[in-house]
Amino acid sequence: MKNNCINKLQLTLPALSVNESAARAIVSAFCAQLNPTIEEIADIKCAVSEAVTNCIVHAYREKQGDIYITVRIFDSRTVKIEIKDKGCGIEDTELVKTPLYTTDQSGERSGMGFAVMESFMDRLVLKSVPGKYTKVTLSKKLSPLELS
Amino acid sequence: MIRKNARVISNLKGDVLEAAIVGEIDHHGAFLLRDELDDAMIAARPKCVNLNLSCVDFMDSSGLGVIMGRKTTADKIGAEFKLINPTTRVARIIELAGLGKVVTIEYKDSKKGETE
Repeated sequence: MKNNCINKLQLTLPALSVNESAARAIVSAFCAQLNPTIEEIADIKCAVSEAVTNCIVHAYREKQGDIYITVRIFDSRTVKIEIKDKGCGIEDTELVKTPLYTTDQSGERSGMGFAVMESFMDRLVLKSVPGKYTKVTLSKKLSPLELS
Repeated sequence: MIRKNARVISNLKGDVLEAAIVGEIDHHGAFLLRDELDDAMIAARPKCVNLNLSCVDFMDSSGLGVIMGRKTTADKIGAEFKLINPTTRVARIIELAGLGKVVTIEYKDSKKGETE
C-alpha cells in the first residue's frame, strides 16, 4: 500500500499566544493542497490550535521557548502533524490526556485540549521526557477526492 | 499592542444583556473576552445574559473556559445564562465537553426574536 511522503513543511515559532492564529492558518494553508473538505480543515485547525496552546500555556512556564511544527503529506491522503516543544515535559502522559484534567489553577482552562485533538484527528501520539521535550503527533486521513 | 482576534458587542435590553462574540475564540483572545464580558455583566446586573455565538468563526477548547467562566460570573450576580445560536462547529465542541447539560443553549430566529 502506497504511503510516501510527498511534501513537508517545517515551521518554528516562539511559544507566544499571538502565534496561535498563525500556526492554525499556516498548517491549514499547507494542507489545502490535498483539497480537504471544509470540515476536515476545520478539524485540523482546531487540533493544531489545541496542541500549540498546550506548548504556550504549559511547556515553558515563565521562560521563552519555541514551538517546532512539522507537517508531512502522504500520497495516501494522510496528513501527519508533529508539534514539539523543548519545555518542562509531562510526567504522566496518560493522566494529562484524561478529559477535564488540567494543571491550570486559574479555573479558566477546560482541560479538554487532548480530548478535542483525539476527537478531531484519527490518531494522537504523545511522547514526553520531563525536563527535555514534549511531542504530539496528530494524523488524519482525508476522504477521497470526489470526481466531478 | 495586543492583537485582538475577537470582539464583544453588547446591548442591555431591559433586564436582558445581549452579548455577542464576533471572531475567533482561542487562548490568545480569551483573557480580553473574559474581561470585557465580565465588565459588561457586572455593570449591567441583568436578570439574564444571552451570549450569542453565531458570529464565532473559530473556537477551540479555550472557548469552553470562556463560556464556563462567564456562567460562573452570571451565577455570582444572580443572572440566568444562555448560549444563543452557536455555530455547528462551536456546538460540536460544547457537546464534546458535555457542556450542554450544564449550560442552556437556545436557537433563535434573529428576525422574529422567537425561540424555535
